[in-house]
Amino acid sequence: MPLTLKIALTHLNSRRRQTLMSLLGVMLGVAFFMAVSSLMRGSERDFIKRLVDSAPHITVSDEFRDAPVQPAVKRFPGAAVSISNVKPKTEVRGIRGYKQKMAYIERMPGLRVAPVLSGQIIMTYAGKEQGVLMNGVVPELMAGVSDIEDKIVAGNMQALSSSPNGIIIGRALAKKMNLAMGDNVTVSSPVGLVRTMKIVGLFETGATAIDEGQAYVLLKRAQVLLDRPDRANILVMQLDDPYASRAVAARIEKRIGYRARSWQEASESLLSVLLVRNIIMYSVVSAILVVASFGIYNIISTVVMEKRRDIAILKSMGFTARDVRHVFLWEGTIIGLMGSVGGLALGYSLIWVLSTLSFQVPGVTVPIEMPLYWGLDQALIACAFAALSSMGAAYFPARKAGLVHPVDILRGQA
Amino acid sequence: MTVTEVLRAENVTRELTGEVPVTLVKNASLSINRGEFVSIMGPSGSGKSSLLYLLGLLDMPTSGKIWLDGEEVTTLTERQIARVRLEKLGFVFQFHFLLVEFSVVDNVLLPMAKLGRLTDKEQRERAEALLVDLGMGDQLRKRPDQLSGGQRQRVAIARALANDPLIILADEPTGNLDSKASANVREILSELVHDRNKTVLAVTHDPEFARAGDRQIHIVDGRIENDELRPD
Repeated sequence: MPLTLKIALTHLNSRRRQTLMSLLGVMLGVAFFMAVSSLMRGSERDFIKRLVDSAPHITVSDEFRDAPVQPAVKRFPGAAVSISNVKPKTEVRGIRGYKQKMAYIERMPGLRVAPVLSGQIIMTYAGKEQGVLMNGVVPELMAGVSDIEDKIVAGNMQALSSSPNGIIIGRALAKKMNLAMGDNVTVSSPVGLVRTMKIVGLFETGATAIDEGQAYVLLKRAQVLLDRPDRANILVMQLDDPYASRAVAARIEKRIGYRARSWQEASESLLSVLLVRNIIMYSVVSAILVVASFGIYNIISTVVMEKRRDIAILKSMGFTARDVRHVFLWEGTIIGLMGSVGGLALGYSLIWVLSTLSFQVPGVTVPIEMPLYWGLDQALIACAFAALSSMGAAYFPARKAGLVHPVDILRGQA
Repeated sequence: MTVTEVLRAENVTRELTGEVPVTLVKNASLSINRGEFVSIMGPSGSGKSSLLYLLGLLDMPTSGKIWLDGEEVTTLTERQIARVRLEKLGFVFQFHFLLVEFSVVDNVLLPMAKLGRLTDKEQRERAEALLVDLGMGDQLRKRPDQLSGGQRQRVAIARALANDPLIILADEPTGNLDSKASANVREILSELVHDRNKTVLAVTHDPEFARAGDRQIHIVDGRIENDELRPD
């Protein structure tokens, strides 16, 4: 063991109360850093998980990023020919040849895809009318790309296959229109078709807009109702690795031409909010550690002041300025390291306590539990920060200690 | 016995610059041989302690040169000077100047541990032997604040001897002790010189202490007034 470390340990050991206080400062700093970071990161992950699970990872819709070039422009590029009243050709909305496109997408590994044809319909029941976004789906494929099946609270998705006239609506909508399972409801489409459909399922996602405004029917049924045979206007995809969505979406878009939006693109603003939140969090918790390091600075400064006589003795014995500096640097380092280790234990205990908490919010059926992140990386960040700031805090008083002149002390005494 | 010069100073001057410049030591020249017991005497504020600090390399002269063991030390860097202090000098101060957090034996161990020439075991044995020699054998594990003034000064002497220095420099070693303890410290230092051929240079204004030495240097206003062998 270096001699300077031995002296540092003796100093710390002989003033246990002060050592303990500064240790406590570092420990609390590290522990709070960890607890807050765990909560923030946990909630971020929870948030993204919800985002990723409930929404498709990639959505291909029947739009183009840029409007298609019209034949007249193609024929006379850059020409000064004037043709008035040229309108784009009326197209049947939807993804053209969606089956071939799906076949291409399906060949990509780690990816599941399902076609959807959605359009507005009006539901009529007992004199009440309600505009609803109808999604035509293939239940077997939908199971692979969406968690809507888990949200069904009555009936199930497969019921659509067995009763082709079935419709699944949100529980909130059912309540609003006074509908129950098995009831028949009249559905009219924008192209003028009217059908009677039977409620075969109810879902509840928790998002009012969806629960009151969306419905699921069989894809074939939707194609008939909207008069778009053999078309789908959305392809939804889910990936094994959600974070690859951006790259995969770009590839798909390049290949098939239709706009492919990844979930990151769709929720860009939310993700940037998360980033801002992280910046705020790290500045706040770092402030705790900075305050703790001021504590260390104070204590080591005081020790240096009180130990001026000892410093003079050590120097008269033949210790160099460097040796003296090392003694006090060791003290800061020891406090930083021990505080980190203690803080680690305290931090994880704090996270554990948080994990046992659950809140029963009125009106919510499932008690809310803290989303927590147990990762070691945040603990390492906290410890590294604490250890470095302790050493930094010790550096200045240590340097001052190294500059103490023994003669000044001896003269003051004599 | 051949005469070996261990310390020599030539025209050493130390001035303090400031609003009112002060000359602490002026043109001091002296030479000390191995085995001498030299006392530096003089009234308060005469500069005798300042001279001792200069000769002990705790302070650097404004002008003049100092040789220690034949080597000019006034041109050395601070690190080299620290090394010289560690190897060749031992200090005993008026106040005991021990590290209160360390046990008696650990205080004596420190200079040896810093020098690192002996193994841990040898260091401990030597520290204990030095303390036993000075009659402190039964106080090894005590803390300095559990000792009397005379006992502390004996620990300080043991520490000064730890690395077997060329010269022991003492600044009023008995200044803070009662007459009995003073006599004891005096005897110890005198024994070191006469029985073990050590060299002691001590600042004192205790005439009895000075009489124990072989040579007295008188300082007045920073100048060496006279330097004489004790008339026996």
